[in-house]
Amino acid sequence: MIWMVLIPFAAALACIWLHRVLRGHVAAALALVPTGLAIAVAARLPVVPGSAETELFPWVPDFGIELAFRFDGLSATFALLICGIGALVLLYTSAYMRRGPGLGRLCSLLLMFLGAMLGVVFSDDIFVLFVFWELTSIASYLLIGFKYEEQEARNGARQALLVTAGGGLLLLAGLVLLNIAARQSGLLPEQASRISVLATTDLSGHALFVPALLLIVIGAFSKSAQMPLHFWLPNAMTAPTPVSAYLHSATMVKAGVYLLARLNPVFGHSLWWHLLLTATGAITMLGAAAMAAGQTDLKRILAYTTVSVLGTLTMLIGVGTDLALKAAVVYLVAHACYKAALFMIAGSLEHATGTRDIRQLGGLWRVMPITAVCGMLAALSMAGAPPLFGFIGKELLLKAKLNLDYLGVVLIIVASLANILLIAMALVVAVWPFFGRRVSAAESAHEAPVSMLVGPLVLAVMGLFVGLLPGTFDSALGSAMATAVGGRVIMMDLKLWHGLSPSALTALGISVVSLGLGFLLFVRLRDWLMHIVVVVARLGRRGPARAYEVVFAGLLAFSENVTRMTQTGSLRRYVRVILLTLIVTVSYPLARCLTPADALSTDWFWHEILLVLLTLVGAIAAVSSRSAMSGIALLGITGFMIAILFALFSAPDLAITQIMVEALTVILLVLVFHRLPGFSLFRDRYERAIDATVAVLAGAIMAWLILATATVHLPTTVSDQLSRMAKPDAYGRNVVNVILVDFRALDTLGEITVVAVAGLGVYALMKLARKRKPEGSGS
Amino acid sequence: MNSIIFKATTRMVTPLLLAFSVFMLLRGHNEPGGGFIGGLLAVAAFALYALAFSAREGRGLLGVRPRSLIGVGLMLAITSGCLAWLTGQPFMHGLWLPLEFPAELKVGTVLLFDIGVYLVVTGSALLVLLTLGED
Repeated sequence: MIWMVLIPFAAALACIWLHRVLRGHVAAALALVPTGLAIAVAARLPVVPGSAETELFPWVPDFGIELAFRFDGLSATFALLICGIGALVLLYTSAYMRRGPGLGRLCSLLLMFLGAMLGVVFSDDIFVLFVFWELTSIASYLLIGFKYEEQEARNGARQALLVTAGGGLLLLAGLVLLNIAARQSGLLPEQASRISVLATTDLSGHALFVPALLLIVIGAFSKSAQMPLHFWLPNAMTAPTPVSAYLHSATMVKAGVYLLARLNPVFGHSLWWHLLLTATGAITMLGAAAMAAGQTDLKRILAYTTVSVLGTLTMLIGVGTDLALKAAVVYLVAHACYKAALFMIAGSLEHATGTRDIRQLGGLWRVMPITAVCGMLAALSMAGAPPLFGFIGKELLLKAKLNLDYLGVVLIIVASLANILLIAMALVVAVWPFFGRRVSAAESAHEAPVSMLVGPLVLAVMGLFVGLLPGTFDSALGSAMATAVGGRVIMMDLKLWHGLSPSALTALGISVVSLGLGFLLFVRLRDWLMHIVVVVARLGRRGPARAYEVVFAGLLAFSENVTRMTQTGSLRRYVRVILLTLIVTVSYPLARCLTPADALSTDWFWHEILLVLLTLVGAIAAVSSRSAMSGIALLGITGFMIAILFALFSAPDLAITQIMVEALTVILLVLVFHRLPGFSLFRDRYERAIDATVAVLAGAIMAWLILATATVHLPTTVSDQLSRMAKPDAYGRNVVNVILVDFRALDTLGEITVVAVAGLGVYALMKLARKRKPEGSGS
Repeated sequence: MNSIIFKATTRMVTPLLLAFSVFMLLRGHNEPGGGFIGGLLAVAAFALYALAFSAREGRGLLGVRPRSLIGVGLMLAITSGCLAWLTGQPFMHGLWLPLEFPAELKVGTVLLFDIGVYLVVTGSALLVLLTLGED
């Protein structure tokens, strides 16, 4: 499995070169990668319910984290969706983007995302899963912001990143808590982060169990766009359509649902889990369906209906009965198929007519017959009409709720309302663009090219095929997936026709009534649409999206203020702040616990006194000098004297370095000297008095500190040990150098990197200044 | 600076300084010295030359671009750390050749690292100094 995860990343890298060779054909060629992976997964079918294969590689043994991958019904189903739809999307992209720039970048990012998603669904270690989880957020950020020249795309991308990555942080906190709880409950470090082990361990008694649950659930909700964190998904529709078809129908947004499903065996028996998921899911299901009715952009309609379906799935996992989990499994797969198809069709329509506004599309079935058929099939599946896959999903959904002894009635009403709205919207998506009055945009329209038809066609036909032969899905994947989600064996027996039992007839009855009401709503919708649009837009301005905007604007204003206060650009002010900070922070602890009493009473040699005097003279002379040149030279005196002091007190390395630095500083200052403005005293007596006070205080504090440290006998175990180890372990007598290049070489590597970056930075600044000179004021 | 005495002295001193900088680099492991000090010495040698003649001639004496020195130096330092992986040791573990050179010189990845430090220091400082002095 590790290969399946790594191959897409390798392909994403290779894409950079492949794009130069293959140009327009790169997307179609790269579609072979996910196709191959899908075949590799399919070759392992059917998955026996309850069975799993595990692969382990050591990664961070100190924390007990292993690269643990697991192949079971749940991960296999998701892997098939990710690879299958990924291949179709790449194929679709090859035609969609042929003329646009950045095709190589898009393919590379799509493959990177594909690899990250596979990593999420195959990981059996919570921390490995988290790493891939965040990778999907990053890839999605880059994909949504693909058209980065457009303000709207950048905003959408940033919003998606902030919401999902913010949720990711909560998720990480939750996972860490879960890990702690598992360790304290007696699991070994390597076991405590393994999902498959956690699933069979009862942790509900631990104090951290509920906090972990809440944090993880919020993390999953942010990814799967549950209310009130749903607003990023419609705004992410600024992404190119292939990206929406892939990320926002079948994969990225389902990652949250996947996580909930995967952790259901861990948390499923908790009442918190049950209530939180059911309630949030139900609210999202209905709320998003209602908001979908107020959209005119085809992609935004699809986005809101996706949010609604994600709510349904969350709710079903929360309900957690056998029937509910079966319904979730079927509904998830059915939705992935029809929604990806519908997104691709929306892209084809935009490609052909140049608009996605539902009011400006119409009568296209003559020019785009195949697209129209695909659209009808997918929309019927979405509406839950027999004999499509979506119908089976909705029947199961209703049956699951009918079998609940409490809450069932409420959920049925909520779900039916949402369903009616979704049916109406499905009809809007499938009927308005293709039938009715032929609009002007349709004149120049044309049928989509073959590569843009394959995707919708395959997915739509798949919905029909599985709907007619549901048994194939059961035995190959369905039962195994439901078992993995439930943590107990759940065998599926999907049927189109459930016989004449009372519950089956009730479910069928509700389906039929919903379809009828949905159709009625659809008929009236054309008249009502504009009113609903206004209402939804008004609500949207006060919703959570508004809260996000306020917080974000506040953050910007805050950082602007902080920057203005701290980055004044005045060097004198910086130095003053630094010195004052030093004085305040050092003097307080010094005054409390250290007195420099007897350090001065040691014997003095005459040459030491001479050196100190010379140092002082240099410093005082430098301060009072009237020209920059002499100031530099006088400062040099102080520096050299200090170097000699170093040499006297047995720090030869330090002394040599100090001498070299002093010499080079003087050379440097001489070189820049002619660039500096003239030496002028433009500050008044008062300001200079303050500066002098700060300087004297800082000097006094430093002197005091050094005297005080001389009286303290610090433990010397570390330095003793380093001195002892230097010769036998590192073959060097000079401990200073051995520490620099061997014992603490990593630090030195960091330092020389800083030196290199600083040098390049200065160079760049000077080059930049030189380039500007001819145009600018000449300063 | 147009002084014949300065120029003539510089001509003699620069090679000596450069040789001394390499000496300091190599002896650093046992006596005061090392890549940092050696690098600064080399910078001093080139800076002196640039002062005596011109930054352009200093650059000519160097022969390569200071930027390349930085890159090569960093590469050397990182590579010396990675070599330990080949023997299954952790990053930056010191490896030594089992050979004795004169004057207690031992050759190993640590020396390679020190040479990297030497080059980075030389390259960075010269990059700034020569650019500053050039116009």
